[in-house]
Parts: sequence; structure tokens; C-alpha cells
Amino acid sequence: MSATTTNLGAHAPSDQGHDHGHAHGHDKSGTVIFGFWIFLMSDLIAFSLFIATYADAEWHGIASGPSPHQLFSLGLPTVETMALLISTFTFGICTLGMKYNATMRRTIGWLVVTLIFGAIFLGIELYEFHEFWIEGNTPQVSGFLSAYYALVGMHGLHVTSGIIWGLLLIVQMKTMGMTELVKTRLMRLGLFWHMLDIVWIALFTKIYLMGVLS
Amino acid sequence: MSILGSLKWDDIFIVPFFKEPSLSTGIAAAAGGIVVLGALAVLVLLTVKGWWKPLWTHWITTLDHKKIGVIYIVLAAIMLIRGILEAVVMRAQQVAPAPGFLSVEHHAELFSTHGTIMIFFVAMPLLIGLINVVMPLQIGARDMEFPFMNAISLWLSVGGAALVMASLVVGHFETGGWTAYPPYTGIKLSPNEGVDYWIWSLMLTGIGTTLSGINFAVTIYKQRAPGMTLMKMPIFAWTTLCTAILMIYAMVPLAVASVMLALDRHAGFHFFTATQGGNMMNFANLFWLFGHPEVYILILPAFGVFSHVIPTFSGKKLYGYTSLVWATVAIAVLSFTVWVHHFFTMGQTAHLNAIFGIATMTIGVPTGVKVYNWMLTMWRGKLRFSTAMLFSAGFMFTFVIGGITGVMLANPVISFAAHNSLFLVAHFHNMLIPGLLFGMFAGINYWFPLAFGFRLDETWGRRSFWLWMVGFYLTFMPLYAIGLMGAPRRMAFFTDPAYLPWLLVSMVGALAVLGGLTSQVIQVWVSIKNRESLMVPAGDPWDGRGLEWSLGCPVPEHDFTTIPNITSREPWVEAKERGLRVMEPTEFVDIHLPKNTSMGFLVAMVATVGAFGLIFEMWWLGALCWIAMFVLVLIRSYDTDWEKTVTAEELRADYERHKHVVETTPKVSLDDEFTTKNRGLVFDMEKAV
Repeated sequence: MSATTTNLGAHAPSDQGHDHGHAHGHDKSGTVIFGFWIFLMSDLIAFSLFIATYADAEWHGIASGPSPHQLFSLGLPTVETMALLISTFTFGICTLGMKYNATMRRTIGWLVVTLIFGAIFLGIELYEFHEFWIEGNTPQVSGFLSAYYALVGMHGLHVTSGIIWGLLLIVQMKTMGMTELVKTRLMRLGLFWHMLDIVWIALFTKIYLMGVLS
Repeated sequence: MSILGSLKWDDIFIVPFFKEPSLSTGIAAAAGGIVVLGALAVLVLLTVKGWWKPLWTHWITTLDHKKIGVIYIVLAAIMLIRGILEAVVMRAQQVAPAPGFLSVEHHAELFSTHGTIMIFFVAMPLLIGLINVVMPLQIGARDMEFPFMNAISLWLSVGGAALVMASLVVGHFETGGWTAYPPYTGIKLSPNEGVDYWIWSLMLTGIGTTLSGINFAVTIYKQRAPGMTLMKMPIFAWTTLCTAILMIYAMVPLAVASVMLALDRHAGFHFFTATQGGNMMNFANLFWLFGHPEVYILILPAFGVFSHVIPTFSGKKLYGYTSLVWATVAIAVLSFTVWVHHFFTMGQTAHLNAIFGIATMTIGVPTGVKVYNWMLTMWRGKLRFSTAMLFSAGFMFTFVIGGITGVMLANPVISFAAHNSLFLVAHFHNMLIPGLLFGMFAGINYWFPLAFGFRLDETWGRRSFWLWMVGFYLTFMPLYAIGLMGAPRRMAFFTDPAYLPWLLVSMVGALAVLGGLTSQVIQVWVSIKNRESLMVPAGDPWDGRGLEWSLGCPVPEHDFTTIPNITSREPWVEAKERGLRVMEPTEFVDIHLPKNTSMGFLVAMVATVGAFGLIFEMWWLGALCWIAMFVLVLIRSYDTDWEKTVTAEELRADYERHKHVVETTPKVSLDDEFTTKNRGLVFDMEKAV
């Protein structure tokens, strides 16, 4: 029984000697990120249920309202999608900057770019909602529109919270420095952001591409 | 829109009674009164005894997994009392001459709260609490992986339960049963706040449970003692892992269904409005996509408990460990493939029903494997019928009957005939009372010393078992019978005189169950009073087999002085066979434990107030609380000083102290296990070295 046997214990002794406030070795960071992965899996279930509900509603839920074919066009959603795809790429650069110990400036810079593209995405989405709304196509019109607003709206809420999270992280990077804690937070935001991108691909395909083609 | 939203004078519990005095409104007023007086009594008691400070510093702000587990179980106990009292009132209502003494609405509220409470605020906190106390000790961990998140889970569940309790005092709960199907629960047919109570209390506890699931899964994956491979893990940890995975995936559909229902009710959406392109059957679909895995969330931890209680009190190794593990995993996977059997009558094709019927019957196979495992563990064992063992044995008999009626109902043809009948009600009580409650009672009786350092009184424990067992059969066997005669569930009263004799027997059974619960309250009371003579400071009061019994009772805050190296499935049995009485320490090193914090409590309480605001359409309050929660989390995110250190010297001292206790405690033979001679360290003298 060697001393290493306790290394897997909670709050491993390898943390010893670190500054007390940063007593989280790489082990702990890995675990936190693993936990966050599991949370994301759970979140994906929510998205898939809304998508499944939408898939039913776009056929059977039109009622007296418009059909997806009448409602959607591909123009704006494509621009929107590009904005989000670019933001996921720039977040990748941001994470690489953190990994290869680039200056914090560069990490923050790319994060800002990411958030700007996220905001563009969100802006286009809200504009589209607004356009539908003034034409009278509100969620109260039909089961289909309810499902549409709920699904896209939930994704939008996720992006919004991602943007707020990113802004707060910029403040924390400035005030707390690039500690292990802040780094894992940035890593988790990254996972979150990329997941939203993947979900959006599904949404774009299901709602807009297949909707327009139907 | 007034500042108080939809809150009216009539919502205060006592007002309807004064407006229209009747037995029904009187009972409602009395129930509300009990809640208010009970809360006041607790406040007075805390103040008079000066317990506020200890309550705050040792319990409310704690991040210790054992204490969090205990609070969960206390919550469940309080809610269990309410749930059983409601059941007794409903049984009495049905034997009273029609139309009974309750209004139809009141009766509907009773069965809705009874179901909601029993599933979400009794069963769930019981199993989450037990997992919290025991699982880390079994796998050699010092705490849950995310102790702060654990506190948030706990207090969100408490908040949800508080909302259900509040519905007795302010306003009404819903009347659509614990499943709350629209369109009945839509805004047109249920315009009051009842459904919103259901939505938001389940939302709070549902989020808490999802977070618990993440916590349990990560703890098991990442925090096992060195050498403890997955296939060396105790069965309770295995069932916890499977339950955790079910929690992570299955709580979400409930949240999605209730968000949709809330949007329909308050934002004019049409998810479930048939005339506007909605599909109300999707609610049933989503609900049971949660609801069926939920059944296995409830039952798997109990299976884990039996897999430890039975070997311990049979003095034998568990029979067929590997098959039990695979049976558990198989049940967890299959649990996602059967949800349609809750609505065979919905109108889908016979093919679909056949597939789900077969899948449902398939679950009987791994479950049957388990029952054989337990029976063969007992076979030729030296059986000692402690309270825990009695509950386990009672479970096996009773659960098999429930399983058989379950396989009957899995046949869509029979399901069409028995749908929504009391036969179904008898079936699921037959699963959940032995399969959940008996398991948790066994677990609490068995592991109680780990948390508190003393055993529970055996005499009252056994009395409670017999009352529960007899009470169960008397209550639910008649319901099978009249269910087959055609009695539907959720009826406020029956006019067919043929049902009456059966209902009377059922009423007697409900009183016996109430007696069982009373015995348990007495059991705890007597045990606390006699705790000096029930103390087992040396630990291991039942010749236990798992790692948790290598610790002294009560277990210290840091759990293990050093994390042991695991080489077998029953490390403690192995150690005892080598003549050890204390696990050999590895090197002592400084360890870190989470510091207490009030943040978990505060965040959850703000969430609860916010949910109350949403229930009564005080949107401003909901928004305000949302912002407050955000600010609290933000403050916590700046707090990096969240750990305290326990030094190697302190751990060494603790080890020496425990060793001393163990060395000065005389060995106790199995015959004296339930006597006051048991101060821990019980041995089978015939086997002991």
C-alpha cells in the first residue's frame, strides 16, 4: 500500500502545496468537465423532445395557421447559421489560445469575437420572430407555431445565457486572472457553445431546410 | 393586474370553511391549520431550545453528504405522514355512505396530492437521502464529487415540498391526479392555481433530482477507492449508478412536459389544444417517457439495499454478483423502452402495443433473476430476522405478486379491460410499497448507525414491519378484486353495494398501515431515548460485509482517515478474515473538505419564493427572484475559499482513537446482536478467528 493509493481520494493530496484558493489540480478540472458533459447530455434530451414535438406539429399542428412551407425562407436562416458556425470556430481559437498560454489578451479577444457573432445570430433570430409576429404568426396561432417558437426560442435562450456567461467570464479573467478555476469555466462555456452549434445544425435542417423543401 | 397576482382572500385555508361550513371544508381547514400550527410549533421549539444556531451551522449550511442525506430522509418522513393520512381519509370517504363526507373536488385534490407527494416528496427524497448517506462510504469516497451542487439539489427538493405544503394553506392543489393530463389541466378546465402548484413544485424538485443524478454518476465514475473496479463495486453503488443515469435522462421529459403545459396555460400556446393543432396525447407521451424510467429510479436503489441486507443477515456472500449487475443494467436500459404501456388505450396500432407489451414483459426476466439471486443467497444461510431482514423477506413475497399482476397488465388486451381500474391502483402500490418503501425502511434500519452511532430499536421496528405487511395486504388485495369487478380509480364514491365489504377491509388495512407508521415514529423516539444503550461506537453492528462497516459509528465528517486499497468485492469480510478489526491505514496526508456555505440554501429558497410568485401570477416576484438567484450564484462564483483542511495529524489521532475504541470493545456473538451487549463488532463466533 503505497502513498499513491490515496491519490484518487476526494480532494486529492496532490493539491497540497498549491495556493489554498486554487486547490484544484488537473484531476479536479477533468472531473468538473466530465460532470458538465453529463449535464449537456441531459440538456440534449430536452432539445430532442422539443424537436420530436416539432416534427409532429409541423405535419399535424398547422390548424388554421401557415404551413412551414408558407412561413419559412432560407435567406436569413442561412446567414444566421453562418454567424453561429463562425462563432464556434472563433471559440475554438480562443480555447487554443488558452491552451498554448497565449496572452490573456488574445483569449479575451477571440472570446469577444465569438460573442459578437453569437449576438448577430441572436439578433437575426429576434428579427425573424418580429417579422413573423407582425404578420400575425404568433405562437398562439397553431400547435405548429407553438412548437416552432418554443424550440427555436429555447435554443435562443441558451445562446443568450451563453453570451451572458461569456461576458461574465471576461470580467472574471480580468479580475481573478487565468486561474485553473476560470480556465475550466471557459472550457465548460466552450462545450456549451459547441453543443448549441450542433443543436442548431439539427434545427436548421429540420425546421428551415426540410420546411422549405416540403 | 394587482401586485398580489391572482391571490384572493378565499385562497386562505380557513376562509372557505367560514363561508360554507361542511365536513369537507372543515377537513381542509384543519389540514391547513395543522401545517400552520406545526410550522409555528417548530419555530417556538427552535427558539425555546436555542437550536437556531446549531440548526444553521450544522445542518442548513452543511455540505457533508451524510447530513444532507439525513435531511432528505427527514423531509421524506414528514411528507410520508401527510401522504398516509390522506390515504386514510380517502379510504374512509369511500366506505362512508355515498356521496361521502368530502366534496368531489376535495377528494380529487387528495388523490392528486397523495400521488404527487408519495412519488416526488417521499420516494425520491428517501432514496436520494439513503444514497447520499451510504454510497460514498461504500466506494471509499470522502464526499460527493460536487458537494455544493448536492446542497442545491437538497434545498430545491425541500422547496418543492414546501410548495405542496403551502397549497394546504394558500389556495388549492390541482385535481387532475399526479399525472395531470391536459386538456383537463389546461387553463379552461382548471383555471385556478392548482396545476401551477404541480408544475412548479415538480420543476424545483426535478431540477434538484437531475443535479443529484449528475452528482451520483460522476462520484461513482471518478471517486472510487483505488482498486475498486466497476465489477468490484457494491451492488448498491451499481443500482445508484443506474438510477443516476435514469435521473439524468428521465427527469428532463417531465420538465419539458410541464414547461409546455405552463406555456399553454399562461402564454396561450397550443401544445395540447386539439382544436388548434395541438396534441394532448403528446403530454401523456412525454410524461411517461419520464414516468416509466422513474419507476426504476424508485425501485433500483431498493434492489441495492436488499443485495446488502440479505447477505449480511444470511451470513453469506451475495449469490450471483455478476448476474445481479447485468440484471440491473438490463432493467435500466429496458426501462426506456416500455413507456407506451401506460396508454395502450390511446389509439395507436396494435403492432405498437404488441412491441411495448413484449418489452414490458421482458423486464420481468432480469427482475426475476434478482429474486432468485436473493433467495439463493438466503439458501442454507444462517438467517437472522432483524427489522431490515424482515422488510427484505416481506418484500420478496409481496413484490412477486405485484410483478405477476404487472405482467398481466403488460398484455395490451388485458390492459384495455383493466385500464384506469382499481386493479391498476392495486398493482402499482403492490410494486412501490414493497419495492420502494420496504427497501428504504430496510436500508434505514440497516445503515442508521452509520449516520447516528446507535441502532434503531428492534422491538418497535419489528412491530412496524408486521403492521405494514398486514396493512398492505388488507388494503390492496381487495382493490385487486373490485378492480376486476369494474371499479374505476379516482372515484369520490361508489354506489354499487357489492364493493362495500371489500372497501371496508381496505379501510381496516389503511388503519394498519397508519399503525405501522406510528410504530416507526415510536421506534425512532424510543431509540433516541435509549441511545446510550444502543450505541455501537466500534462500528459493524451486524457482522457487515462492505467497506462502510469498517468505519466507526457515527462516521466522522471526513469518512475515511485514509482511503483503503480495494482488492475484492467484500473488502471488509476479507480484512476480518485476516484478523483485522480496523482497516490498515495507508499514509496519512492532509485532506480538504468543503466548507459550510449558506448559498445552496439561499439559492433554493429564493427559487421557491419565485415559484410561489409564478403560481399566483405575481410575475414581478418571479422575475425578481430569478435575478436574485443569478446574483447569488455570481457571488458564489467569486468565492474561491471553499475548502478547509484536515491535517494528517488530526487524521492520525482520529485513527488512533477509533483503533482504541475497537480494541477495548469486547467481541459480540451473533446471538447477542439485538441486545444491549452489541457495542459494535459483531462476529459469527463459529467462523471468527
